[in-house]
Amino acid sequence: MESLGIVNYWIVIALMMIGLYIVISANNLIKKIIGLNIFQSSVFILYISIGKVGGGTAPILLKEPTVYSNPLPHVLILTAIVVGVATTALGLALIVRIRSAFGTIDDQDVQQDIERN
Amino acid sequence: MLSLHLSALQVVIPLLAAPLCAIIRRPGITWLIALAVGIASCINSIAILLHINRFGEIVYSLGGWAAPFGIEYRIDSANALILLIISFIYLLGIIYAPVSIKSEVPEKSQGWLYTAWILCFTGLSGITISGDVFNVFVFLEVSSLSTYILISFGQDKRCLSAAFRYLVMGTIAATFYLIGVGFLYSLTGTLNMADLAQRLPDLISQNTVAVAFGFVIVGLAIKMALFPFHAWLPNAYAYAPNAVTAFLAGTATKAAVYVFIRLIFEVFPEDYFSGFTSSHHIILAVGIISAVITSAVAIFQNELKRLFAWSSIGQIGYIAVGVGLASTAGVAASFLHLFNHAIMKTAIFMAIGGLFIVTGSTTTAALKNAGRRMPWTMAAILIGGLSLIGVPFTTGFISKWYLVSASLEQNFWWLAGLILLGSLVTAAYVWKIVEIAYFRKDPNEQVVRQEAPLSLLIPTWILVVANIYFGIDARFSGSIATQAANTILGISP
Repeated sequence: MESLGIVNYWIVIALMMIGLYIVISANNLIKKIIGLNIFQSSVFILYISIGKVGGGTAPILLKEPTVYSNPLPHVLILTAIVVGVATTALGLALIVRIRSAFGTIDDQDVQQDIERN
Repeated sequence: MLSLHLSALQVVIPLLAAPLCAIIRRPGITWLIALAVGIASCINSIAILLHINRFGEIVYSLGGWAAPFGIEYRIDSANALILLIISFIYLLGIIYAPVSIKSEVPEKSQGWLYTAWILCFTGLSGITISGDVFNVFVFLEVSSLSTYILISFGQDKRCLSAAFRYLVMGTIAATFYLIGVGFLYSLTGTLNMADLAQRLPDLISQNTVAVAFGFVIVGLAIKMALFPFHAWLPNAYAYAPNAVTAFLAGTATKAAVYVFIRLIFEVFPEDYFSGFTSSHHIILAVGIISAVITSAVAIFQNELKRLFAWSSIGQIGYIAVGVGLASTAGVAASFLHLFNHAIMKTAIFMAIGGLFIVTGSTTTAALKNAGRRMPWTMAAILIGGLSLIGVPFTTGFISKWYLVSASLEQNFWWLAGLILLGSLVTAAYVWKIVEIAYFRKDPNEQVVRQEAPLSLLIPTWILVVANIYFGIDARFSGSIATQAANTILGISP
């Protein structure tokens, strides 16, 4: 069980780095948004891992005292997921408008277009 | 009984008004709703301030669920001050908005603009009064998401790129903050600020606390546009509609600064910021570098909104210097400058909006003859500029005075010198504007007197008069800022 818990955190770190790298390096705006999503997901996994107790169940209608996982981080992450969805939706909506205004979704092309004017 | 619910109303009123506006969408009616929200919030924030002065801190459990299980709103003199600033700037911004917005935004999207504006105000109020670190994250995102929308209403297509960049940076910032909060939660099992403050001192030597501290600080530094995390700000301010820029300049970064101060001094153990990690040196250095360098960058800008956006980053630098001093006097100077900078910068951006209505441009070239053509509009920019420099009888002087005496208190003569150097650099870009507006005369040219519309001038001049009033009589702002610093640093007055 111990190693399983640590594996989670390695995955978190890996996803976090991958996500951040994509955000910084990608030129395609949609890829930037995807990178942002991966970055946020890593944090969601971090929270969920914190709340999990090995062998614990969900604390719903428990009659006798049993081992259960802390539900609060999961609830927090539900909120954070909603925020993430809203951010993604807004980002994509902005990309649609950038595409109709600049005719491209490539960040470099957009910047070149701006500098030309 | 009602007084107990004051703190909840501050968030609930705008939160309910926003969807109402989204349904109605008619510019006139949505504006009226936004105005009503502004008036209600101003009255509310004054009532909160009076309540705190008489009975002390307000602690409100949302939905009757007591902390640590429920979310708690906790208001003392520090957030009451910030709440007052945000509410008043919002109200003046809304009064200012209709004419200014009409000249920039097509009629069919004006309803959406007011919706986003009210939501942004909801988020900022929430950030200010919440006593729960996760709740702060949620409100941070409510305000940020609506800010991205507000910026994308600009006329110039470059606003889209600016909004997108801000979205990427803002989301990374919020996620960093979230990581920090996650670490804190894993250590202490609580999200409530007061509980965190109680439990963290025992864990001070743990590396996890240091990591959490780092993530939270960097996240909030991006949100408040602290140098070197300021990259999103100049474009965002430059391309947003004028009324929106005026509102954002006075409020958006201020709420983030407040959370920053609250977390590093109150939630993290005493001396963690200044003693244990010694990170106050970093903030101090970053602050003073930003105050001098970004002001120097402002000299070379030819677009007024961008010029004053750079100057805003410099002013955030001064606020950071106060925080970095980590003394009561320093934090008091920061709070005072928060208040003063909100007044002067909003007035300047409002006057620039007026300039845009008259001349159709916000470049420095549009200022030509502005001193004779629109004396009132131009005087507002001038007085704001003098206040940025720190000329006596303006609020800027009072902030600089507090800041310099706070640094002399710790015998930082070099710092006082650098602060004055920053003022000199500021004088350079203000002079550039004054020179074009007042002294570049063409004797053959006929100047027709043409002032900005009254509905723009009145809110602008309310702030200009406030600027001068609080520059002469700083008893109210000074005492409340000192009181705020005392509460945050845990010193009983």
